[in-house]
Amino acid sequence: MEYFQFLIIIFFSPLVNGVIKKLKAYMQGRKGPGVLQTYYDLMRLFKKDMVVSNVTSWIFKATPYIVFVATITAALIVPVVTVRSAYGMMGDVIALIYIFALARFFMALAGLDAGTAFGGEGSSREMTVAILVEPMMMLALFTAAIAAGSTNISSIASMRVGMYSPSHLLALAAFMVAIVAETGRVPVDNPDTHLELTMIHEGMILEYSGRYLALMEWAHYVKQMVLFTLAVDIFLPFGIARASDTSGLALSLGVYVAKMFGMAFLMAVVESTRAKVRFFQLPSILGGAFVLASLSLVTYIMMGK
Amino acid sequence: MDVASIFSIGILCFVFGAVASQLPLSKVRNFSYLFPLIGALLFLSAGGRLLLGPVFTGTIIPVSSIFSFAFTGDALSGFFVVLISLITIAVSLYSIGFTRGIKNAGSMGFFYNVLILSMYGVVLSANIFIFLVSWETMAVSSYFLVVHERNEETARAGLFTVAMTHLGTAFIIGLFLVLSHYTGSMEFASMRQAAANLPQGIRTLVFIFAVIGFGTKAGIIPLHTWIPRAYPVAPSNITPLMSAVMIKTAVYGFLRIVLDVLGPGPEWWGMAVIAIGAVSAVLGILYAIMENDLKVFLAYSSVENVGIMLLGIGASMVFRSSGLLVLSGFALAAALYHAINHALFKGLLFLGAGSVVSATRTRNMEKLGGLLKLMPYTGFFFLLGALAITALPPLNGFVSEWLTYQSLLLGFKSTSVVAKIVLPLGGAALALTGAIVAAGFVKTFGTTFLGKARSEHAASVKESSFWMVLGMAFLALLCIVFGVFPQIPIALLGPAVFTITGSYLELHQQGILMTPGTAASLSTTALAAAMVLIFVAAIVFVRLYGGRRKTVYADSWDCGIPGLTPRMQYTATAFTKPLRIIYKRIYLPSRDLKVSYLIKPFFVKSIRYGGEITPFFERYVYEPVTRSIHALAERVKLLQSGSLQLYLGYILITLIVLLIFGT
Repeated sequence: MEYFQFLIIIFFSPLVNGVIKKLKAYMQGRKGPGVLQTYYDLMRLFKKDMVVSNVTSWIFKATPYIVFVATITAALIVPVVTVRSAYGMMGDVIALIYIFALARFFMALAGLDAGTAFGGEGSSREMTVAILVEPMMMLALFTAAIAAGSTNISSIASMRVGMYSPSHLLALAAFMVAIVAETGRVPVDNPDTHLELTMIHEGMILEYSGRYLALMEWAHYVKQMVLFTLAVDIFLPFGIARASDTSGLALSLGVYVAKMFGMAFLMAVVESTRAKVRFFQLPSILGGAFVLASLSLVTYIMMGK
Repeated sequence: MDVASIFSIGILCFVFGAVASQLPLSKVRNFSYLFPLIGALLFLSAGGRLLLGPVFTGTIIPVSSIFSFAFTGDALSGFFVVLISLITIAVSLYSIGFTRGIKNAGSMGFFYNVLILSMYGVVLSANIFIFLVSWETMAVSSYFLVVHERNEETARAGLFTVAMTHLGTAFIIGLFLVLSHYTGSMEFASMRQAAANLPQGIRTLVFIFAVIGFGTKAGIIPLHTWIPRAYPVAPSNITPLMSAVMIKTAVYGFLRIVLDVLGPGPEWWGMAVIAIGAVSAVLGILYAIMENDLKVFLAYSSVENVGIMLLGIGASMVFRSSGLLVLSGFALAAALYHAINHALFKGLLFLGAGSVVSATRTRNMEKLGGLLKLMPYTGFFFLLGALAITALPPLNGFVSEWLTYQSLLLGFKSTSVVAKIVLPLGGAALALTGAIVAAGFVKTFGTTFLGKARSEHAASVKESSFWMVLGMAFLALLCIVFGVFPQIPIALLGPAVFTITGSYLELHQQGILMTPGTAASLSTTALAAAMVLIFVAAIVFVRLYGGRRKTVYADSWDCGIPGLTPRMQYTATAFTKPLRIIYKRIYLPSRDLKVSYLIKPFFVKSIRYGGEITPFFERYVYEPVTRSIHALAERVKLLQSGSLQLYLGYILITLIVLLIFGT
C-alpha cells in the first residue's frame, strides 16, 4: 500500500477542489457546480486544440510537463494513509518544498515567455509572495522537525510528538497561513477571477489552453492536496496507520477522508469570510505568520514542548 | 609518476602558456589556453592523489632552500586543487573561442596563466612566505585582468580592487606576524602544533584578522563593495575565474588558518561566522536582485553564496567547540560541497553571461530578450546554471543547500540554548535567501532569454562559437552529475573534512544521503529517476487520452487591441518593484519623476522616470572613510608643499632636535 498511496492524491485531488468550491457556494448562498465538475473540466481540456503564442520558446511547452512531474514527485514523498510512503527515504520536508519551488520557477518563467504584461505581473507577484511565505513555512516545519528529531516526514508522522503542545499549535497556525498563500486563495490571491489587477496564479498561466492548461490545473490540485496532507501528517498525525493490515488501513483511510474534508471546510470558511487584501498588505499578514513561526521555535527550545 | 613530478610538469605547462602568449605569432595564441588546459588536467590528477594519499611535502622547483620544502598538500589542499582544475579546464576551453579577435590578447594570455598558477600556489603553500607571494601575485595579476579593457570604468574598478585587496592583505600579514611571533614558526604544520597553547586573546585576535583579511577577498558584507565593481568589467573569460575560484582561495585560507591551524575555538566564533554568513547571504541577494546588469547581478550573487558557505562553516565551528566532531564534519562537508558547487554553477553562469555580452554588446538586461531562440545552447546551459544555483532538485546546488539546512537543524543537538535557537534561525535566513535567489534568476533568465527582444542588437545575435559552448557544456554536465550522483563530490570532500575534524563521516549509503543520528535522508538519484519516469508516463498519458490535437500559433493575448510591442513586456525593473516597496527600509529607494505638459494636467507631453536604490554601505560607510582620508591628506599637504628649501629646512630642524635630545 505504501507504494501506491500517492495515487490517492493524484486521482482525488480534483475532488478536493470540487468540494471546496461546493462548500464555498453553499456558504455564499449559491448552489454551485457539482463536486465532479473539476474532473469534467480536466477531461474536456485534455481533448481540446491548443492556441500557443508565437512569441514563446520551448520553455512554454515544457513547463506544464515539468510542473506536473514535479508536483507528482512531491506526492510520492508524503505519507497518506500509512506512515511509510513510497519516497519517504528519498526526500524529506525540505526536498518537498524545493520540488514545489522547481514547479514555481518554471511557471514564473512561462509567465514571462509570452512577452505580455499580464504574465510578467503574475510571475513577479508569485515570486514576491514566495519570498514572504517560504522562510515562514520552513521555520514552522523546522519546529516540528526539531521536536521529532528529523526532517523525515514519515518519522515525524509516526512519532506523534507534542501534537497539541503550544509550540506545535503556533507552528500549525503559521503553516495554515502558508497553505492559503501557496494554494493561491483569498486573502492572498483569488482563484475565481481573471481580473488583471489582482490575479497572481491565473496571470502566469493566462496564455495556456488545452492539454497544457489541463496539466497546470491538475498539478495545482495535486499541490493543494499534498500541502493539506503534509499539514495533517506533521501537525495532526492521529489515526494514520503504522502497519499495512487491512482494518488499520480502513480506519486510517476514514480518518484521512475526514481530515481532508476538514481542511476543505476550513479553506471554504477562510475564503468566504475574508476579503482579498491589497497586494502590499500581504507583508503584514505573512510577516505576522513569520512571527508566529519564530515564537513557536523559541517556545519549543525554551519550554521543551 | 609521483605527485612532485606531476606538479612540476603542470607548472611548466602554465609557464609555457605564459610564454606562448608573448610570441608574436597569432597561431600560437591558442597555446596560451591549450597549455593551461593540459596543466589543469595534470593538477586534477595530482589533486586526486592528494585526496587519496599521504600528505605530500616536497620539492617542486629545487631553486633554493626557501623553495625546496615550501609546497605541501594534504587532502584539504587536494580538494581545492581539484576545484581550481575543473574550472580552469572549462574556462580554458571557453577562452580559445572567446579570445578570437580580442585586443591585447598577449597580456590577457600572460596574466591568465599567472593568475591560475598563483591560485594553485595559495592552496599548496607550506609556509607564510610562499602563501603571501602567491596571494599577492594573484591580486596583481587579477588587477591587470580587470583593467584589460582600458577605460575609465575599468581604471576606477581596478584601483578600488587593489585598495580593498590590500586592506585584506594587511590583515592577513598581521595575522601571520602574530602567529609566527607566538608560535615561533613560519610553517603551517608547526604552527598548528603550537597554536593550541596560545593565550586566548591572541587566538581571538588571529580569528578576527582572518575574518577581515580573508573576508575581504571572499566578499563578506560589508567588505564586498569591490566585487560588484571588479567582476563586471573584467573580460568574460576572467570573471568566472575570479568569482568561481579566487573567492574559494579565500575560503581555503580561512579554513586553513581558523579551522586547521587554530583548531576549536569558543562557541561565539562559530556564532559570529553564522551571523556574518546570514547577513551576507540575505543582503547579498537582496542587492543582487535589484541589478539589471547581468554581471553585477551574478557578482552580488557570489556574495550571497559565500554567505551560504559561511553558514555551513559557522555551524561546523559551533559543533566543534562543543566537541560534537561528527556533526562538525557534517556541517563542514556541507560548506565544502557548496564551495565546489558554487564554482561549477557560477562559472557556468558567468561564461553564459559572457557569451550574451559578447554577442549583444550590452550587459543591461532591459535591452535584451528572446535570446533563447537565437542562442539555444547558451540559453539552455544558462538555464541549467540558474536551476542549479536556485538549489532546485535534483541539481547540485540543492544537495549542498539541503546539507546546509540539515547542519543548521542539527543545532538542536548542541548543548547551548543560544546555539539551539541561532542555528535554526540561520536556516530561516537560508530559506529567505533561497526564495529571493529564485525570484532573481526568474527575472534574469526571463528578461534576457524569454519574451521579445528589447533592442535591435538583441534581435540579431548569433550563437557562440563551438569552443565557448563546449566550455559551458562541461560545467553544465558537472552540475547535473554532482547533483544526481552526490557520492562523487562526497568522495572528493570526505578526506578534506577528515584532515580538519579527524573523524570520518558516513555521508551516504549507496548514494542516499544520510544525516548523522537522525532519520532524515535524501536521494537525488531516486528523485531524478522518478522525475524521468513520471515525465515519460505523463507524455504517454496525454497522447493516449487526449489524442493528436492541433496547435494554432497566434499572437499573445492583447485584450483585443492588436499591436503588442516589446516595450509593453514586463521589465526587469518592474519585476522587482514589489520588493523595492516591501523592503524599502533596506533599499531606501528614491524616484525622480519629471512630467512636462502640453496643457496641465490633462495632456502630457513627456514623462521621464528615474529610480535608484541607496547603496547603503558605499554611502554611509565607505564615503565617510574616503572623505576623512582625503581631509587628512589635505592637512598633510601643508607639510608637503613641494618646495625644496622647506624640505631642507625640515631636515635641519630634525637634525637639531636629534642633536639636542639624542645625547
